[in-house]
Amino acid sequence: MIAIVDYGVGNLASVQKALSAVGAEAELVRNPAKLADAAALVLPGVGNFGHCSREFHRFGFAPAVRDARDRGIPILGICVGMQLLFDGSEEDAGEPGLGFYRGTVARLTGVPRVPQIGWNSVTKSGDHPWLRDVADGDYFYFVHSYVPLSTGDVALGTVEYGGPRLAIVGSDRLLGVQFHPEKSGANGLRLLGAFARAA
Amino acid sequence: MLAKRIIPCLDVRDGKVVKSVRFLDTKDVGDAIELARRYNDDGADELVFLDINASFEQRRTVVEFAARVAEQLFIPFTVGGGISTADLAGELLRAGADKVAVNSAAVRDPSLIAQVAGRYGSQACVLSIDATRSATGFEVVIDGGRVPTGRDVVAWAIEAVGLGAGELLVNSIDRDGTKLGFDLELTSAVAAAVSVPVIASGGAASAADFVRLFRETNADAGLAASIFHYGELSVGDVKEALAASGVAVRPRERVLA
Repeated sequence: MIAIVDYGVGNLASVQKALSAVGAEAELVRNPAKLADAAALVLPGVGNFGHCSREFHRFGFAPAVRDARDRGIPILGICVGMQLLFDGSEEDAGEPGLGFYRGTVARLTGVPRVPQIGWNSVTKSGDHPWLRDVADGDYFYFVHSYVPLSTGDVALGTVEYGGPRLAIVGSDRLLGVQFHPEKSGANGLRLLGAFARAA
Repeated sequence: MLAKRIIPCLDVRDGKVVKSVRFLDTKDVGDAIELARRYNDDGADELVFLDINASFEQRRTVVEFAARVAEQLFIPFTVGGGISTADLAGELLRAGADKVAVNSAAVRDPSLIAQVAGRYGSQACVLSIDATRSATGFEVVIDGGRVPTGRDVVAWAIEAVGLGAGELLVNSIDRDGTKLGFDLELTSAVAAAVSVPVIASGGAASAADFVRLFRETNADAGLAASIFHYGELSVGDVKEALAASGVAVRPRERVLA
């Protein structure tokens, strides 16, 4: 079973339906203790980083997700769920992220439109087993006003939006995507399918 | 590079898609889900559903409709029409809509925008503006094109973005259903005044209209209903013409062998 970490933020039904469309069984999980039974975790999130982080910690998910990480359970962070993998965000400096990756999340600047809304093509800069069906230049759907500042060796993909912006970050058994794979048509379903097969 | 978006709009009444000319005279053109699937396969970047005669009694229908669409679609979709409270916006988002579009109710009570954006984020809050040309510029019209407000469109757009609207859908009533092309002046005036994405709507009849929209204004997306409904033009045709004139578009999806 893939657990979709449900801390009350975001359109989780969409993620669940997309995983179901690629043949995976996914459940919304509100109780951190239940993450111990999960074969993989999806960490979603949408809207304000501070609100997401507060709710995530208030539900008590941080220790359970750290534990899953330590046990090598596959984890996929989506949008603000990807941003939560970092130390924190300037959107709310008082709220910590999980700190799996070094660096902070900063507001998009130097662009005519914020939020970035729409389909942008991802330039791959590294590889990962769950990206094997993603081709360089594939388009994905983005909706965000903040983005993690690029972090060297764990950056796996960028998009051009007033300069290169981090779109995919990852390492062994962990991947974060700034875009919404559940809303990115066939390209997104292929990525979710590869993730689900790792579970 | 961020692609310009092509967005088919489905005007919905009682779960059926209908077409309007200058907001009057509607007729059924088919089941919404079937059309949504066709547009999805044809490369639509997003879909907008407007419940054109939404009323309090029908809100259950609208929420159920959003849930049915969400099951079928793996691209973003927006639901609008008659959204007068943040609670109803929340119901639609929970049912699977990615964004809600508020219009008349937000003009009557602008705090609706702040409530929706505050609870669900600006990215989920689209302000839809129906605009008509006036002696001094462009005027906001509400209630499905029936009630002029005396408000200036650009001033309202700026106020709404300040309140938290994350995207603007700007519809020209004068061009609606006329096939005269987008109102480029209206689109440019709004797009120059705000920093959030702007979707132009009303009047598109050909791929060339979309090419002009993106070459001559800073619009982020173009929306059309009737030309796509009747198959006079496909989303694929529009994208081909745009790509040929150097406008960034998302190509048709790659199929894995």
